[in-house]
Amino acid sequence: MPFEEISKETLLSMYKTMVKIRTYEETLGQIYYEGKTPTFDIAAGPIPGELHLSSGQESSAVGVCIHLRADDAVVGTHRAHNFAIAKGVDLKKMTCEIFGKETGLSRGKGGHMHLFDPNVNFSCSGIVGASFPQAVGVGIAAKMQGKDYVAVAVGGDGAANQGTFHESLNLAAAWKLPVIFLIEDNSWAISVPKEKSTAVSQNSERAKGYGVPGVSVDGEDVIAVYEVAKEAVERARRGEGPSLVEVKVSRLRGHFEGDAQVYRPKEDFEIAMKKDPIPKFEKKLLEKNILTEDSVKKIKEDVEEEIQELIEFARNSSYPDPKEALQNVFVGGE
Amino acid sequence: MARKLPMYKAISEGISQEMERDNNVFVMGEDIGAYGGIFGATTGLLEKFGPERIKDTPISESAFFGGALGAATKGMRPVVELMFVDFFGVAMDQLYNHIAKAHYMSNGNVKMPVVIITAMGGGYSDAAQHSQCLYSLFAHVPGLKIVIPSNSYDAKGLMISAIRDDNPVMYFFHKSLMGLGWMTPFDDAIYDVPEEPYTVPIGKARVVKEGKDVTITTISKMVYEALHAADDLEKEGISAEVVDLRTLVPMDKETILDSVKKTGRLLVVDEDYKSYGMSGEIITIVSENIGSSLKALPRRISYPDIPVPYSRPLEKFALPDKDKIIKNIKEMMG
Repeated sequence: MPFEEISKETLLSMYKTMVKIRTYEETLGQIYYEGKTPTFDIAAGPIPGELHLSSGQESSAVGVCIHLRADDAVVGTHRAHNFAIAKGVDLKKMTCEIFGKETGLSRGKGGHMHLFDPNVNFSCSGIVGASFPQAVGVGIAAKMQGKDYVAVAVGGDGAANQGTFHESLNLAAAWKLPVIFLIEDNSWAISVPKEKSTAVSQNSERAKGYGVPGVSVDGEDVIAVYEVAKEAVERARRGEGPSLVEVKVSRLRGHFEGDAQVYRPKEDFEIAMKKDPIPKFEKKLLEKNILTEDSVKKIKEDVEEEIQELIEFARNSSYPDPKEALQNVFVGGE
Repeated sequence: MARKLPMYKAISEGISQEMERDNNVFVMGEDIGAYGGIFGATTGLLEKFGPERIKDTPISESAFFGGALGAATKGMRPVVELMFVDFFGVAMDQLYNHIAKAHYMSNGNVKMPVVIITAMGGGYSDAAQHSQCLYSLFAHVPGLKIVIPSNSYDAKGLMISAIRDDNPVMYFFHKSLMGLGWMTPFDDAIYDVPEEPYTVPIGKARVVKEGKDVTITTISKMVYEALHAADDLEKEGISAEVVDLRTLVPMDKETILDSVKKTGRLLVVDEDYKSYGMSGEIITIVSENIGSSLKALPRRISYPDIPVPYSRPLEKFALPDKDKIIKNIKEMMG
């Protein structure tokens, strides 16, 4: 699919969202260390607990979500801010949730690994491989309700070795469900490199075993992701069944913040930096005169300003009343 | 020679010495090799024993839990780690239907010398899927021994006992007791640890502090909350005895009953969920045996029956602590 067939508005929207994801993650990546220096303490600071940032994985989220509607579902991973932003999760509420404030999506009950925004059908969790069967369930509902919404299950290359991945692929294929299995292959399952844990070099090859189309695409090129995802989403929406899409991305930060990555060769990180999808896309848009030096600057400034406002709002919000801990275990009661 | 060791080093030393003693001992799990275990329990083992005996696994827990069972049937003594106890759902069948039951179902003809290591506990805002204790869930299943050390001396001795035991032993550790550089410092759990191998018997509780007015029966990190409470109560003339169970299954009923016979009062402090668990079990044991001689109704401070909330004030509200212990004991003393 030629680049020219994508509208200027769409290209700009994709670029802005990628910049927004990166800026958001790098900003959180700084705030996280407040209260944690000079001595690191995971429990301290405005953002306590684990934080898994998605810098370097913008193209998978943006290239897929650009094709989705609000009623399409995305079930994400523990590293899900990229998909949350691309799917249109209320970023102010999401930020407040990450700060544990009463203004958050879940008034501080969920936290960064457990974001729920039913308005745009987004959810994620901290259990590797949990997304696949849940997206299958959305697919079951779509079929039973006679609707044409689709579901995207996101998992890492590590998650592709979970039973849930294989069971779900088979079920979705057997029942011809509108599900896109999206593997974000950043080549690391925390410290274990993919080549040591996975017998095939590309997870898309596994699609053959389940009779579904499988494609691997280089996430360095967001347009390539766009094209592959477009086909998978359209196929699902037409009722022709699931697809498996593997996007090769780069993990530009540690597994979680505070991860010294002693297990990771320096060259691996250098290669990852070179595969950063944002400068490449920016360059292309500049060449095609869709962006100018001035508009790039303006977009980055606007994004920065928007994110600083969100952060300020989250910082200034109140914590929930501690007694709220007891609420919402069951519907209609405490 | 004994020296002060943090719990994570005491555990890895215990495993290491058993691996030197017995070639059948090997370790499998996620990030237990180059990373040394996310919580350090396998620190230095890959360098010492190599990848044949220190196996980093794919994220395929059913496969390596069932794999531990199969290896055990051929005389191996697998030690498997699953990073957080919250993650056990993904391997549960192999554990609770097979590893736990093989010995019984075979009428004793099959032995299952498997050690399962896992991290538990909250208090650092890691939310609902990374902060649970869940030991009572496993204690409910016949056939699994459960040990939970509260200090580095017990940690090494219980690890060696667990590896030498011909039964499946689940070995829990509380993340915040491990002595890791990235958690809130907690020096109380750092004990003198002998360099040479030694065992701490499974099924034997320890009276950590003697007292005469009330027995606080607890386990793991809550031992320290109980001790701090006992220190404060001492100043007010209330003498509390603190029993560290160390093993949950089999339960050391004798030590508990001896203590409560002496004090006439029982408070159970339990970081696991309140209902259908450890606290109820201990109160039942005491009530069934010496209930009529108690000077006050038994009490428990447990985690309320709610998932673990993310936001700091919500989690603090839910966690048992020193102040809650003092308040309850004062009420019990009338």
